[in-house]
Amino acid sequence: MNIKQNIKTLIVEKPLKLDCGQTINNFPLAYETYGSLNNEKDNAILVFHALTGDQFVTGINPVTKKDGWWSYAVGSGKSIDTDKYFVICANVIGGCMGSFGPSHENPKTKKIYGTDFPVITINDMVNAQINLLDFFGIKKLFSVVGGSMGGMQVLQFISNYPDKAKTAIPIACTSSHSAQNIAFNELGRQAIAADHNWSDGDYNSKNIVPDKGLAVARMAAHITYLSKKGLQEKFGRKLQERDDLKFGFDADFQIESYLRYQGSVFVDRFDANSYLYITRAMDYFDLVKQFNGNLSDAFKNTKAKFFIISFTSDWLYPTQENKDIVIALNAVGANVGFVEIESDKGHDSFLLNVPDFLKALKNFLDKSYAEKIHETRI
Amino acid sequence: MQKKFMKPEYKIISDLIEKDAKVLDVGCDDGTLMEFLKTNKNANIRGIEISKEKVQICIAKGLTVIEGNAEFDLKQFPNNSFEYVVLGQTLQAFINPETVIRELLRVGNKAIVTIPNFGHWKVRLNLLFKGTMPITNSLPHDWYNTPNIHMCTIKDFVRFSKIINFKIFKSLALINENVSDINNSNLIFKNLFGELGIFLIEK
Repeated sequence: MNIKQNIKTLIVEKPLKLDCGQTINNFPLAYETYGSLNNEKDNAILVFHALTGDQFVTGINPVTKKDGWWSYAVGSGKSIDTDKYFVICANVIGGCMGSFGPSHENPKTKKIYGTDFPVITINDMVNAQINLLDFFGIKKLFSVVGGSMGGMQVLQFISNYPDKAKTAIPIACTSSHSAQNIAFNELGRQAIAADHNWSDGDYNSKNIVPDKGLAVARMAAHITYLSKKGLQEKFGRKLQERDDLKFGFDADFQIESYLRYQGSVFVDRFDANSYLYITRAMDYFDLVKQFNGNLSDAFKNTKAKFFIISFTSDWLYPTQENKDIVIALNAVGANVGFVEIESDKGHDSFLLNVPDFLKALKNFLDKSYAEKIHETRI
Repeated sequence: MQKKFMKPEYKIISDLIEKDAKVLDVGCDDGTLMEFLKTNKNANIRGIEISKEKVQICIAKGLTVIEGNAEFDLKQFPNNSFEYVVLGQTLQAFINPETVIRELLRVGNKAIVTIPNFGHWKVRLNLLFKGTMPITNSLPHDWYNTPNIHMCTIKDFVRFSKIINFKIFKSLALINENVSDINNSNLIFKNLFGELGIFLIEK
């Protein structure tokens, strides 16, 4: 990984005991902020990114030179309005955009960690990011927001720090990774491991990258982010720059070409080992088990106002799994709203221009900010 | 589902509820009643609504609403979660009104149920003279496209309370925007002239 400029980093001195048993300290946590923190320090929103996201939520990502991953939702006048709110986002630990991850050097061996990096969990990610509150002098966040793995971090955050956020918006997520979720992640990991360049994770010392394996992992995952209907409407059986089938294995179909492109651009910005670590963290996520089978107990101490959002065509984290969170919250009388947004864009809907979603997100945030939140349980 | 809420109905429901009460509005529509109860009774109020569009309207009003079907999604609430559960002009639209009533009384200590009265004289005359399924201001649908599959009269609802065994604490009829008590001696009259029946019920 190249040395990246324009990356703000907080060195977390406080020791953090990871779920795997190891303790880390003095580790870097890369972050970005948008908007400004008001005098009362009550307008901060912590955004959690998904598997392949990073801290560059909106505007032009200074590393990839592309639009930030949540440019549709975050920015001036947008759903998460940076004229109004102070938006903070950190690269998760285990990631590859400046935060402590497998592409960092192990100070003891002076070698890149690779697969010697400790296995991290969603819980570890959240416990690392809580340090940002002290850093900015924020007692209580106005909101914690995230989609997909970001949503899992929202749930874990509220569970760990029940009084650190006024509102919580988990989007298109789950409280427990399903067998199907794990299966797709394993497919990605095995694609990376099958690339000879991976070298059991030690590719950095050899100056090579398992780009083919990582690209296949991305291609497979990308399919799970879209819906069958969405794919059919966008690509159908359309051919790629040709009039007829070529009776070979080039990309005859547009969908093949599209996936290959998605794979190829991904390897330029993402580290293969980080992909292994972060997918592992998602697979290990089971908030139900953390609370001995009763998800409600995860939320019994919080007064946060929840707003849960799912999408009709999301088959990766389907509505029912989101509703299970609503049910668990209602069981302890938490303040929870829920809406399922109609969209053909699959799991990726939360990242895309889906007006009903963007409207709901904006309305919830702005109304909650405007009024004194009813911090009582039913 | 189209509902013809009348202003007096809000007022009557609001009068039945104590200040600061925890209330669930089942089939909360665009949240008008929720807002009314929030403003007038400082109610800690939640809603459940089947229509995505209506849920969006509620969110835009800053109301806490869950998208869901009351027939299936009430079961997520623990027993006695709310002091009051309100079901405004929706009972007739459920496949199984009996289950819904039982769920309302499980989730809430008390329930307030309002029903458009199918025993109203205009409905009766409509059927008597036209010989077709009645269409009125509060029941604007044809028989084949109406969401109201289980219409009942005020008298039916009173009988229903005896059959499935719940207590009617208070029963009111709305006639030309005036509210009046229903009792055993005037039931026949109220059932003929009441446009809406409003019932405060308990297990």
